[in-house]
Amino acid sequence: MADKDNQDYSSKEMMAIAAAREVKNGDIVFCGTGISMLAAMAAKNINAPLSTIFFETGAIDAKLEELPLAVADSRVMYGTAVNGGLAEAFATMQNRFTGSRVVGILGAAQIDIYGNLNSTAIGDYQQPDVRFSGSGGACDVASFVNRTIIFMQHEKRKFVKKLDYFTSPGWIDGPSGRQKTGLGPGGPEAVITNLGILRFDQTSRKMYLAACYPGITPEKIQQETGFAIDLSRAVEFSPPTIKELKILRERCDPQGLILN
Amino acid sequence: MKSAPDKVTTLKNAVSSLVPDGCHLSIGGFTINRNPMAAVYEIIRQRKKDLHLYAHSNGQGVDELIGAGCVKRLEIAYAGSGRFAPTCVRFRKAIESGQLKVEDYSNYQMTLRFMAGAMGVPFLPTRSGLGTDIIKKWGFSEELRQAETKIPEQKLVTINNPFGSWGEAPKLVLVPAINPDVTIIHVQQADKRGTARIQGLTFADVEQAKACRHLIITCEELVTEEFLRKEPDRNQIPFINVDAVIHIPWGAYPTACFRHYDYDPVYLNDYRIAAGDESRYQTYLKEKIFDIKDHQELIKQTASEHLKDLIANPETGYANGLERGGE
Repeated sequence: MADKDNQDYSSKEMMAIAAAREVKNGDIVFCGTGISMLAAMAAKNINAPLSTIFFETGAIDAKLEELPLAVADSRVMYGTAVNGGLAEAFATMQNRFTGSRVVGILGAAQIDIYGNLNSTAIGDYQQPDVRFSGSGGACDVASFVNRTIIFMQHEKRKFVKKLDYFTSPGWIDGPSGRQKTGLGPGGPEAVITNLGILRFDQTSRKMYLAACYPGITPEKIQQETGFAIDLSRAVEFSPPTIKELKILRERCDPQGLILN
Repeated sequence: MKSAPDKVTTLKNAVSSLVPDGCHLSIGGFTINRNPMAAVYEIIRQRKKDLHLYAHSNGQGVDELIGAGCVKRLEIAYAGSGRFAPTCVRFRKAIESGQLKVEDYSNYQMTLRFMAGAMGVPFLPTRSGLGTDIIKKWGFSEELRQAETKIPEQKLVTINNPFGSWGEAPKLVLVPAINPDVTIIHVQQADKRGTARIQGLTFADVEQAKACRHLIITCEELVTEEFLRKEPDRNQIPFINVDAVIHIPWGAYPTACFRHYDYDPVYLNDYRIAAGDESRYQTYLKEKIFDIKDHQELIKQTASEHLKDLIANPETGYANGLERGGE
């Protein structure tokens, strides 16, 4: 039975903690702006103290005494092991010795059943209905590293049969997709949404429902997903603990810059 | 010009002589840090137009140049200003309305393109982007590529590894070099001949600085040659690459400059709101750029107590405890 005191948490907090739990002690964690940065900081402070946070801008193992609002925030430059630049940061991921130790945390506007991502445009590429920021380092990370964790808002228009624009590679089109394409092994491991957690089948590499947050049914999640997913393996996700929430709120984002 | 012993000049002169209409430009910095904003505002003030702009992730500077109508074509990896604008507002509007031609790359691809330009090779290989629309979808047509000699005939090219199984990479993406006509970067320290020192992350500034035909450096501090040569290991850009040096304290404002000042959350939030509304945006352009003589005047007009809040703590390099919320 859930502790009475920890019932009060937001879906953002749930997502940050869910992603943090995916990080293994010793991982090199690549993260972007916002909730992915928060998840990386939470992991380091809770379950993976020996993980190393690093940014595409070239900062390795920043102190992060305050939450950065961009990956180029001066807060990522303070107290690092090394301050470099983009060339070194991406080489660290493309390099197989270091790249195989990296877990990337990404987000996107659209995702398909194989975990391929669109963060570029909706509609026609030349004159889109909606234009987003573009790849940034996402395509690089998704191409290079063996494990990625993806944050998504769970809506039907975002979980689509076909991406409007294919920005970052997941499992491409199935079990041999990455190999055929010339990409390295590995790929997306988990999709963390505001409703639950999805993973990719070891054989088909198709997305399936792995866990629902408390109070969310598998049927609700299927309803919000634009393609059919296997619901049979879904369990109920254990909510954030008091300790996890305390560290997330008080240590990672005391100013409430992302959480509020 | 690059051999002159003293390259110190005004921003007005540097922009009017080195940034002609239609030139291919790149600027340094990343999202909300160390963008050469004084130079960006001077380019806007001089109403430069038809620029071909190269960017990896230069949020604020790129968005302001686009919003003011200076940019005709853009090659870019990412247009966002961190939490202040997850997608740059004027960038988004310009593309959705068809006013701006854009071609997408990834950050590493753009970095390697500058690096290839700096190295003097036509392309460099990477494994990034295989199988994606970044390779398949071109922003610039074949006709434009034929007509414009400064754009390569193809966007990105995929090849089989000519060394076979060597390096465990069966396929590679070749990214074409970029050699901008002019690059502008903002640094913490430079001497009058142009040798420069960046503190904190260098982003892709050094690659850009070495890829371009002409390099303009704006600096927080103009220091002596002797000072920089006491610790040459900390310098990244030698004077031989530099055309012009301009001393502009707060030259990256409203973006941050590590160890000097933080980004200005109030300015950046106000900008995002103004950028979303045509009449407010016109007012912004008039009041913050066109009616202002130069960057020094913009800084003078900003309340000194407000600026004081942004000054970096010498230990951390940013403004500890700065109020960064608010919409």
